[in-house]
Amino acid sequence: MMNAPDPHVLLDKAARATPEPLARRVRGLSDRAIAWLFIAPTIVLLLAINIFPLIWTIWLSFTNYRANRPNAVVANVGIDNYVSVLTDPDVWAAMQATAHFLFWTILLQTALGFALAYLIDRRFRGYGFWTTVILIPMMLSPAVVGNFWAFLYQPQIGLFNYVVSFFTGIPPSSFEMIGSVRLAPWAIVIVDTWMWTPYVMLICLAGLRSIPAYIYEAAEVDRASRWRQFWSITLPMALPFIMLAVLFRGIENFKMFDMVNLLTSGGPGSTTEVASITLKREAFEKWRTGYSSAFAVVLFVTVFGLANIYVKALNRVKNR
Amino acid sequence: MMTASSQAHSVVAPSPLAQRIAGAIVVAYALITMVPLAWIFLTGFKSGPDSIAYPPKVLFTPSAEGYCNLFTTRSRQTPEYIAQLPPSSGVCDTLARATNMVVVGSSNYLPRFVNSLIIAFGSTALSVILGVTAAYAFSRFRIPAKDDLLFFILSTRMMPPIAVAIPIYLMYRDVGLSDTRLGMILLYTAVNVSLAVWLLKGFIDEIPREYEEAALVDGYTRLQAFFKVVLPQATTGIVATAIFCLIFAWNEYAFAVLLTSGEAQTAPPFIPIIIGEGGQDWPAVAAGSTVFLVPILVFTVLLRKHLLRGITFGALRK
Repeated sequence: MMNAPDPHVLLDKAARATPEPLARRVRGLSDRAIAWLFIAPTIVLLLAINIFPLIWTIWLSFTNYRANRPNAVVANVGIDNYVSVLTDPDVWAAMQATAHFLFWTILLQTALGFALAYLIDRRFRGYGFWTTVILIPMMLSPAVVGNFWAFLYQPQIGLFNYVVSFFTGIPPSSFEMIGSVRLAPWAIVIVDTWMWTPYVMLICLAGLRSIPAYIYEAAEVDRASRWRQFWSITLPMALPFIMLAVLFRGIENFKMFDMVNLLTSGGPGSTTEVASITLKREAFEKWRTGYSSAFAVVLFVTVFGLANIYVKALNRVKNR
Repeated sequence: MMTASSQAHSVVAPSPLAQRIAGAIVVAYALITMVPLAWIFLTGFKSGPDSIAYPPKVLFTPSAEGYCNLFTTRSRQTPEYIAQLPPSSGVCDTLARATNMVVVGSSNYLPRFVNSLIIAFGSTALSVILGVTAAYAFSRFRIPAKDDLLFFILSTRMMPPIAVAIPIYLMYRDVGLSDTRLGMILLYTAVNVSLAVWLLKGFIDEIPREYEEAALVDGYTRLQAFFKVVLPQATTGIVATAIFCLIFAWNEYAFAVLLTSGEAQTAPPFIPIIIGEGGQDWPAVAAGSTVFLVPILVFTVLLRKHLLRGITFGALRK
């Protein structure tokens, strides 16, 4: 009260003399007005820069528009673009490449990230410092990372091949991580895991720290083994966080573009051509704007649908 | 409440041996993942031939070539022309002349870097401001269709950037925002605000309503209570959110490469196209990557207490 600004003193006196709900109306904005004032800018921004372009994309997906020929007559082609997208073997190949990438990155990052978080939560000496060190890869630009790993993966001069050859005896120039059809899908999985495991680790760490100590104390009193404590307390209680990390990584990697584009640009052939790279080829190399818009809508609907189902499952786990 | 829980595990402390094993594994992991980073750092100080030597060179004579090539542009000249020039004015000039080159100006790296600073910090500030106000409203007020609105906000992050790049390009061209810093700030804010709202709502949900109600009883208005009670309590969450937003905006590539060409281009599209004679100039690329990592690393290290504590705090839910 002492700190309240002067012009308000009189109003405050009036306010305190009035009943509570009325008082708020006398002093400044109503809760409703504040709610709108606080939410409206975000919604307006999202409508202008996210939803409006999305609607535009949906409209384009029903046309034969080409962005490199802005003056050509735009014709409505109905669902033709969608039919070609869904029957295009390249699209299905891209979806398979994306599925491989998603499955292995999420599996490896979750396993490694949770294990690291669990070990860090043992609070050994200097764990704060090492946690920060581990976080550094995720602060890099994915484009820079993809670009530089292309250098590390070079068969003759690259550090990666040299290290592998040093430990296994395989000659460094006998395998090409980004040049071979068999290894390239793993090359992008390795880089993404290197880069984003820290992110999963951070969210898992938050989950582990959210478990109240009294639960462990009770388990100690009951003489539950550490093994038992892990399976019946630690893992189930950290599960919502692990699932949240999977959701965030899943959404991000479904849209993966920058790192893969600079590391392999989808090659060799189209073995690492994840969905966004196919999308870029259609939109900015072949300039089939209508077709690529239809593909974009298909992708968005897929990830939106999967995320929706997943969030429902997540909420069920959380409310258990 | 926070202190109680951050000490929580010490009650059932792991044995010293378990701690030591855990520490050894984590340190080993950290060191392995540091190798590529160390390699970027070292390559920045190598000469061109050293950077592509076989076997890869760990020990080498440091050279300023990478950093010189990063910040300057050079042109090839005849030895006769170079011989009649006045003595070289600096390290980079001397290095260039040794390979029959002359420094002719500064490269685009610095302007791109400045663009990155303005766009990333600008959009981070805007995302956090929009995020914290929206999160407060979602946390405290009855909003119609709240859950749907929140999922709508999250769903805007699911769109592949390539998918909306063409409409955004056309739209920006019509309103005069194409290739402007303001346009990129607004764009990155639109991408980041969903994350900001979701993260910050978690933090604000944790702040007991009683604090504000006490302030309201004391005669504060709702807005005063928000600024003087809620914001200070949410500092940790705000900082953690800012770090995540900054990491994204600082490093974004797809929109930057598709929507900007000069004026507003940031560094990520620039670094991979640093080409020397006969392919990529790896020392210059490495130097550019190293310099580019510095601001965000400093920012994160300075605020790391908040990041770790912030994540914990946000997690303190029933």
